Amino acid sequence: MESVVDIVLLSFLCITVVAIVYIRKLFCAIMLLGIFSLLSASLFVTMDAVDVAFTEAAVGTGISSILLLSALALTHTREQRPPHQPYIALLVVVVTGAVLIYGTMDLPRFGDPNSPIHRHVAVRYIADSPHEVGPPNIVTSVLASYRGYDTLGETVVIFTAGIALVGLLGFRRRQEFKVRLYQPMDKKTSYAENSTEDGDEFEDNIKLPGANHMVLRIVGKMFIPLILLFALYVQFHGDYGPGGGFQAGVIFASGIILYALIFDVETAMRVITPKGLRLLAVAGVFIYGGVGLVCMFLGGNFLDYNVLSAHPLHGQHLGIFLIELGVGINVFAIMVIMFYTFANRKRGSV
Amino acid sequence: MSWVGHYNYWVAIFLMMSGFYVVISRGNLIKKLIGLNVFSTSVFLLYISMGKIFGGTAPIINEHSQKFQLFSNPIPHVLILTAIVVGVATTAVGLALTVRINERYGTIEEDEIRAKDDSL
Repeated sequence: MESVVDIVLLSFLCITVVAIVYIRKLFCAIMLLGIFSLLSASLFVTMDAVDVAFTEAAVGTGISSILLLSALALTHTREQRPPHQPYIALLVVVVTGAVLIYGTMDLPRFGDPNSPIHRHVAVRYIADSPHEVGPPNIVTSVLASYRGYDTLGETVVIFTAGIALVGLLGFRRRQEFKVRLYQPMDKKTSYAENSTEDGDEFEDNIKLPGANHMVLRIVGKMFIPLILLFALYVQFHGDYGPGGGFQAGVIFASGIILYALIFDVETAMRVITPKGLRLLAVAGVFIYGGVGLVCMFLGGNFLDYNVLSAHPLHGQHLGIFLIELGVGINVFAIMVIMFYTFANRKRGSV
Repeated sequence: MSWVGHYNYWVAIFLMMSGFYVVISRGNLIKKLIGLNVFSTSVFLLYISMGKIFGGTAPIINEHSQKFQLFSNPIPHVLILTAIVVGVATTAVGLALTVRINERYGTIEEDEIRAKDDSL
């Protein structure tokens, strides 16, 4: 049964990827990429990688698609036919693929419990992490404690990407839009209670992107609090089940991005300001690094949480809680910053 | 029939190579980034395939999973979990560069950009 699901999902993936290669409309390619991510997330679930599936579903289908679409809105939606024939590319790809497949001949069979990867340090993580670190979710133990340096590095990489984005695109505001939105501000507050006739008149004045999508606005209003609540659950329940800072940050960010898509970016920017986001992004990395430094001041190694409390397991718990919080805040802030920078860019501005 | 056990790896390699093909054969910069995303997701698939054990379960230890006693390898999960988020960060930087290129050149097709460069 397991292999049947596996094979079906793999063939769906192949079909999707062939469609991505052939299609020339970039919008369709981006949508197909979202499907590709969702299918691979399902495949990760069948292969027991629940945390990874979680992240892939939130990042691959959510944030990636949004970012690609916002970049597409600033450029051209159709791919040109390349002037030269791609035979050399095809040859390179076929040869590389053949070499890689030849390489897999030496690999152990798929799902083999005796393959070398399972006989190395993983045995220790599975056997000792409940006593050494504590959280039932081994992935969290490894991520936050055993390989804490790695995760700090990843957090800093994300932070750097956020800085690069702000440097490349900036938070420049769409001036003409701002003026139009600020004038009928008093009207806007009473907009929700107004009847639809008034609403139509209002739309002519300011053109909210979601103003004529009644269903979107109402469903959005119902869903956004739930999304945010779910993100908090994922953040604080990451020790016990699938989840953690990375997933929670992305899910929280997607709630805010949904708000921005339905109620306009300017409105979202007044709720979550770019300045606050920059502070949050710094704060996230600072919390992570700070926990490491506090451990050093208390006489342990960098990111050695045992010294944080009288009982080593409590110390580990506190340390993991804090650094997951740092990761969550950092990822959330950077993801929203990325969306803002793209959404705020005027088409064709130099 | 030892080769049957490798189909997961082979499909992952096929997907990887399709992404690679898009990256090197297409001139459109956004399409290239889509190909790069396909490529990286396939690499994730390869890694996670290696961590899978038949009959194993997700590496979460609690009273319900005690009866399994066989967990899939958590290390690839940790590596890939962070790689996914870093992947989206790199995609975002690539897209930002694409947007800036479009603002300067008015196109995101590689050969048109090159033609404009040569004509300078």
